[in-house]
Amino acid sequence: MSQSYDRGLIEDFGRWREFSAGMWAWVLHKFSGWVLIGYLFTHIAVLSTATVDGATYTNTLQGLEELVVVRFLEVGLLAVAVFHILNGLRLLFVDLGIGLEKQDRSFYASLILTAAIVVASVPTFLEGVF
Amino acid sequence: MADYYSSFEPKGTRWLLQRLTAAFLVVVLAFHFMLLHFVNHAADITFMGTNLRMQQAGYFLTMVLFLITATFHGVNGVYNALVNQGISGTPKTVVKYGLALGGVVLIAQGIRVALAMAGIL
Repeated sequence: MSQSYDRGLIEDFGRWREFSAGMWAWVLHKFSGWVLIGYLFTHIAVLSTATVDGATYTNTLQGLEELVVVRFLEVGLLAVAVFHILNGLRLLFVDLGIGLEKQDRSFYASLILTAAIVVASVPTFLEGVF
Repeated sequence: MADYYSSFEPKGTRWLLQRLTAAFLVVVLAFHFMLLHFVNHAADITFMGTNLRMQQAGYFLTMVLFLITATFHGVNGVYNALVNQGISGTPKTVVKYGLALGGVVLIAQGIRVALAMAGIL
């Protein structure tokens, strides 16, 4: 049976000091979602060079990969994507009524796992750029 | 019953599709990152390699489905976030049709790109 409780207005970001773990999870999920949909439009725009010819596509992608800032942005994108995936899994389980009593801990686990995966991936993402 | 809470109840088509696309995207987004950053290094991507992958029917269809589900999930997510922020009336209608149009254009362009990558276009 569903129950609800008054969490206050989360859209009022001015009261962020009062946010609980679940509210932070909500804010970070929205933020990472905005970044990912923004990136999807950018990604298709860059990949559209494939409609010009093969050489333009290869040169554009390899030219971008030579830029240090692009490599760091890719690490940021990985962090955002991994968090959105892990917290998304957590939300799917919550929707199914699984792990509701531990949703604070599962949010912290999402953060820690995201950090671990991102840190472990940094060498792969920065390989050959310096 | 106070010790069990669940919001898993029918709440409309968009609500259900957001969850179904999420379950699909969790797997495919992780696969996409693994394949194009760890198995094949992003800096080594060439049109020839992309072309080889996209000529496999299963991979091509997965990527097109990835594009469609990600666009729906993202655009619907943005719409829901803006509704949560309290937009209503004309701005809500403008946002709704603007996002729908943006989504359709993105999918159309993405499919055009996929066809070019596969060497069909």
